[in-house]
Amino acid sequence: MSAFSAIGSGEEREVDQNEFTPSIEPQPTWCPGCGDFGVLKALKGALAELEKDPEEVLVVTGIGCSGKLNSYLDSYGFHTIHGRSLPIARAAKLANPELEVIAAGGDGDGYGIGGNHFMHTARENHDITYIVFDNEVFGLTKGQTSPTSPMGHKSKTQPKGSAKNPIRPLSLSLTSGSSFVARTAAVNPNQAKDIIKEAVTHDGFSHIDFLTQCPTWNKDAKQYVPYTDIQQSDDHDVDLGDRRSASEMMHEAEDALYEGEVLTGRFYKDENRHAYHEEKQERGDFPSEPLAERYFEDGDWERSYDYIDRHA
Amino acid sequence: MTNDELIWRIAGGSGDGIDSTSQNFAKALMRAGLHVFTHRHYPSRIRGGHTYVEIRASDEPVKSRGDGYNFLLALGDSFARNPKEDAYYGEEEVKPLSENLDDLREGGVIVYDSGLLDVDEVENFDERVEENDWHVFDVNLRELAKEHGREIMRNTAGVGFTAALVGMELDRIEELMREAMSGDILDANLAVLQDAYDLVGEEYHVEHDVRVPTGSHDEEQVLVSGSHGIAYGALDEGCRFIAGYPMTPWTDVFTILTNLMPDVGGISEQVEDEIAAAALAMGASHTGAKAMSGSSGGGFALMSEPLGLAEMTETPLVLVESMRAGPSTGMPTKPEQADVEHVLFTSQGDSHRVVFAPSDPIECYEQTRRAFQLAYDYQIPAIVVYDQKLSGEYRNVPKSFFDQEPNPDLGSVASEEELAELPHTEGGKFHRFQHDTEEGVSPRSIPGQKGGHFLATGNEHNPAGHISEDPDNRVAQVDRRNQKLDTIREDLADESHNVVNGDDAADFGLISFGSQSGTVDEAVARLNENGDSVKHLSLSEIEPFPYDQVREFVESVDETLVVEMNSSGQLRGHIQRRLGTGEETFGSLLKYDGNPYEPAEVVEAVQHELGSVDETTSRTRLVTPGDQV
Repeated sequence: MSAFSAIGSGEEREVDQNEFTPSIEPQPTWCPGCGDFGVLKALKGALAELEKDPEEVLVVTGIGCSGKLNSYLDSYGFHTIHGRSLPIARAAKLANPELEVIAAGGDGDGYGIGGNHFMHTARENHDITYIVFDNEVFGLTKGQTSPTSPMGHKSKTQPKGSAKNPIRPLSLSLTSGSSFVARTAAVNPNQAKDIIKEAVTHDGFSHIDFLTQCPTWNKDAKQYVPYTDIQQSDDHDVDLGDRRSASEMMHEAEDALYEGEVLTGRFYKDENRHAYHEEKQERGDFPSEPLAERYFEDGDWERSYDYIDRHA
Repeated sequence: MTNDELIWRIAGGSGDGIDSTSQNFAKALMRAGLHVFTHRHYPSRIRGGHTYVEIRASDEPVKSRGDGYNFLLALGDSFARNPKEDAYYGEEEVKPLSENLDDLREGGVIVYDSGLLDVDEVENFDERVEENDWHVFDVNLRELAKEHGREIMRNTAGVGFTAALVGMELDRIEELMREAMSGDILDANLAVLQDAYDLVGEEYHVEHDVRVPTGSHDEEQVLVSGSHGIAYGALDEGCRFIAGYPMTPWTDVFTILTNLMPDVGGISEQVEDEIAAAALAMGASHTGAKAMSGSSGGGFALMSEPLGLAEMTETPLVLVESMRAGPSTGMPTKPEQADVEHVLFTSQGDSHRVVFAPSDPIECYEQTRRAFQLAYDYQIPAIVVYDQKLSGEYRNVPKSFFDQEPNPDLGSVASEEELAELPHTEGGKFHRFQHDTEEGVSPRSIPGQKGGHFLATGNEHNPAGHISEDPDNRVAQVDRRNQKLDTIREDLADESHNVVNGDDAADFGLISFGSQSGTVDEAVARLNENGDSVKHLSLSEIEPFPYDQVREFVESVDETLVVEMNSSGQLRGHIQRRLGTGEETFGSLLKYDGNPYEPAEVVEAVQHELGSVDETTSRTRLVTPGDQV
């Protein structure tokens, strides 16, 4: 029997999304009307439809309201520290590429304190899915300005209004090297679920900028309505595989967002690029079997003694 | 100071092949049957500047650099040249000579490359030569090398010249050259070597006493550094994942393991910063691999966050901290032992970690293996702290030492069969963090295992991993995590690496740790030979603190001098804090000029404390018991 029998057992079965709901459920501490409920629901739905066993899924989160995602989701979870979910998720995938690794965090977590990790994870194109709960505000620390808050946003830490341009997550993601970039919104659970499914099955780094309304600190709870799904709209023509075209579409969506026009959907998808561990493997720099599996086998282990003449 | 040893110093500019030449020569001496010890001094620049490597060779085992040296090969710095001037060297012209003369012993030998260096520009050179009875050989090594094609081979010429002057056969050196190169380059080097060797017999008169000692080993030796010890120890303990960010001197162990990983089916990742590096190691460890990361002071500062997370989530994490002189960027290529407190106290809250401070390559190997064992058995961060000196100095170790069994055991991880029997929450969530466990350790599961899912979180959590601020749960979890260190202390007591050397009955005690331990041992041996009675405790286990051993040692003497390479007496402070002992029995010997101790400096300080010498002359600082550091 494999040491990780939750993974790739080959057994086909229907997975009910309630399998991802803890039976003794910690009550979510999210505020009523919070967009985070939408992410949780979409994620559960997507994983169930993909017939993922909850125990083959590792959800790594950062700190903030978004960080509690895996507290309310019954799978393997790692609630880490502010901004650091990606390096941990990356290594988990490298140590066992057969594991389904999903990382999540907020806009402060992912684009602020973890911005550098975001850039490098995208560049390396790790085969993980990254969901950023983007509500344009710091929630859990009570409403401070975040990297995606619009210019002029007033908060206790920016009482005169922010003098900074907001981060442009889609463009930043594309420039950094993500091979799948999408934006969805909690107010559209069906699109969200479909996009998560596509992201999870995509071979490479999938970044979803997930618009989550914050009724407590961003008073307009319906801030992302109405939205337009660019794939469903005749007004928008997107060539998903073309960087320049994707870039233009992203700029359009990012310019429009703060003027009240919400464009969502898939913005970029590169199906030709190898995921990072595959790229490493081609260079002879990555093991042929999961590291994790090896420790449970009674195989021969190399010893330093066998390599000593090379160095000493 | 004995004359039955050769301490050969090769000096020149960074980038002139000083390091590789010296390593080969050290290996040749080792293969000729001698014990060797190297000491490397280099500036924080890639090409040019003053650099030297010292090789101490003796028929007796050596575990320290010596006091000064007795043979200088001064090659000149080819990267200091200013092509617009007639002179080749501008201001740095004679550094290989002028920077090194202070430490050259009486009766010592100087060989300098007259093709690149001019002794007329060294202040009072002739007077000093006469005063110290030095034997000076000027030889145009550059010209000799050029005759065979390439100027860079003046290193080889210098080695050939040295061999002839100290009475060493060329066969070992030639053998190493054949292993390292081939074709025209090999032929040219062999020719240069032989020519330089022959030149001595033909044109120079040899009347000095500096000779290569003769010796023979019982068994095959290998030339390794502390960084090799750590890398090999990690590998044998099943480490197959390493993540890091380059920083001197941590890069040594990082590159050795990176080089090995593809061949042993492992993964090496160079990442964006040290926060990521330690986080990656933790991510891999969480997912069922034995993993390691590390850095030097400044980079380790960034690891403070993941270190705390590893402790709270009880994720095994092994980190290496290779100290260099600080604060901040400090002196990037110079050793210091000033990160002890940094390593002990980094991270918020009541946090705990295991800290080892090995003192030589063998201990580096053993303590790294123990760090892995404890980290994975007890689910706690373990840190191996050493320094730039130990990282880059080489010495001979019997090859058979490394002929050891690997231990890829994941420690406290449960199999799926075992998981099925362990406590779960009603809905199937595994109780990863049970309150009442033996020795404070709750079994782990690895993502992907059936029946093992749980939430790991840096927040305080209940047995299933859910965030909890319940006071009873909090106390139970803290107590359990705290309990680990006590259990580990008991575990370690039976096979401690803390060693006492010297005169058992002595009233005067020295305590040192890490890279200085060998030097202090040598000083202690010399003091005892000269009639002073001292003993030395070498601390290799810093946390959990070995109370009994240290207390017993301190109480057995009237006065204790803690020898360390920093200005604030960090180890002394740690010992006093742990023992709750007053300052009146502790003194400090401190050195922080960027150079490790020479045995004589320790000897002199102890003699001063014992009243047999009035003044100390070295660049150390002696703090008498009762005085503030």
